[in-house]
Amino acid sequence: MSDETLSFDEALAKYDPVLGFEVHVELNTRTKMFDAAPNAFGDVPNTNTTPVSLGLPGVLPMVNRTAVESAIKLGLALGCEIAPVSEFSRKNYFYPDTPKNFQTSQYDKPIAENGSLDVELEDGTVFTVDIERAHMEEDAGKLSHMGGAGRIQGASYSLVDYNRAGVPLIEIVTRPIRGAGERAPELARAYVAAIREIVKNLGISDARMERGNVRCDANVSLMPKGADTLGTRTETKNVNSMRSVERAVRYEICRHAAVLDSGAPIVQETRHWHEDTRETTSGRPKSDADDYRYFPEPDLVPVVTDAEWIERLRAELPEPPAERRRRLKAEWGYSEEEFRDVVNAGVMDQIEETIATGASAAVARKWWMGEISRLAKQREVEPGELGVTPATVVELNQLIEKGEINDKIARQVLEHVLDDEGTPAEVVEKRGLAVVSDEGALSTAVDEALAAMPDVAEKIRGGKVQAAGAVVGQVMKATRGQADAGRVRELILQKLGVEG
Amino acid sequence: MSAISRDQVAHLANLARIEMGDQELDLMAAELDVIVDAVASVAEAPIQDVPPTSHPIAMSNVLREDVVEEGLTSEEALMNAPDAEDGQFKVPAILNED
Repeated sequence: MSDETLSFDEALAKYDPVLGFEVHVELNTRTKMFDAAPNAFGDVPNTNTTPVSLGLPGVLPMVNRTAVESAIKLGLALGCEIAPVSEFSRKNYFYPDTPKNFQTSQYDKPIAENGSLDVELEDGTVFTVDIERAHMEEDAGKLSHMGGAGRIQGASYSLVDYNRAGVPLIEIVTRPIRGAGERAPELARAYVAAIREIVKNLGISDARMERGNVRCDANVSLMPKGADTLGTRTETKNVNSMRSVERAVRYEICRHAAVLDSGAPIVQETRHWHEDTRETTSGRPKSDADDYRYFPEPDLVPVVTDAEWIERLRAELPEPPAERRRRLKAEWGYSEEEFRDVVNAGVMDQIEETIATGASAAVARKWWMGEISRLAKQREVEPGELGVTPATVVELNQLIEKGEINDKIARQVLEHVLDDEGTPAEVVEKRGLAVVSDEGALSTAVDEALAAMPDVAEKIRGGKVQAAGAVVGQVMKATRGQADAGRVRELILQKLGVEG
Repeated sequence: MSAISRDQVAHLANLARIEMGDQELDLMAAELDVIVDAVASVAEAPIQDVPPTSHPIAMSNVLREDVVEEGLTSEEALMNAPDAEDGQFKVPAILNED
């Protein structure tokens, strides 16, 4: 049964939303966090395990150095302090997705603390989100509920694949985010996008949300307008696309507002997001940290960092995405709006590469934001996924500049290139699309057009030069658009003895 | 004075998914109580100058290079499974959980 909700506007008129996020990032290390089993997606179930990932008695886990370095890099990218001494703890819970009956995580001594992230909304507004901590832990196995249509309710049994058990995770926890107001859902989406962009840029995660590489738990609470005490929060678990994060936050704001308006308290609990109905439903009551009975992991010794190690990793950090955007915008000389459109269309990398391959910034933008975006929309893919290479764009532009094809033909050529007919030059050659620059052929075409339109020819002779347009049109038609319209016009006037 | 209540034991048993009868809860509460009392004497140790420590041996950074080593086959992994299906561990339906 659906919960009561208030409209978003009504909710915002009475309450200020406060957000908080826990984002889990799966690292793309070759092996797991605490053992040398492969960290791979989509393999045959239970083929990527060792006695450690299965939690067999007597095993000894050992920390993956690359995973630690990835965590330090992420901490640095988020402006965190890197802990001189960091420790692992056992988080105890009994559920078949963890064969050990505890998750090895970090509790009171996380690897990174006290950072912040500038999150840019679509219109360029920047929101600073405070990061409380980022800690290392391991993923759980994958459960498939059998019977009951794959849902947990009504399932008759479950199957467990431990390939994912022990895959390195970093959990990034924000402090409560106040003051987003009506932009809270948008900020939620932008925050997840920013984290995804950072881990991708650092090269520490594949960051594919559809594979669960980046998963977001979104906390929402409301405060009556003007109040200063945080309300009771709910945590919507595992919202796994950016669009869903935005919708789930919006939904929870509307639902909380209706509950509070009715005078009832918010129950502190986890909620499940359902993309099909676009609603959340009640999960379990949120366990106290006490219930997890955290204690230091006796089988793992502390991770100690020193300045030398941290500085070496800091030197390896790539340019931060936000800084890179500022630099590229200045280099390319695009307006605020032009650049934002490029970013939102997701073609910044493509434009950068196209310019590096030899096109001007203006030409690169013209193609990626124009014809390529149009074709992508038509074929229902992202422009970057259409399969157009920067080399193709540069070659098309060169053909135009050399006068071999015009803009209109170039667009046709691009379609043929996408249909695997070869490079732009090959398509032009094979399909005979080069501009008719053969003066003899053009001259004949003009003569024929003038002969077919004697009255128009007469008008032009009489000084009505603008009437030449009709003849140009006729010639273009006869040459299937492959003539240079300017040259055709010159020929017409020349033949009729009129000055242009 | 009892440090461990019957309710606390029941709560822990529930977290650990262990079914315990009334008699067992009473018995376990009494036994845990004795253990907690005994361990409580640790609190009397003069530790003002001792930094908190999670490990008895002063070691750190025991790290492994990120290199794949041969693990278990699916058959080996499932060898101890009480029940299996299609190369996966088969477990009873889990209700009222997420």
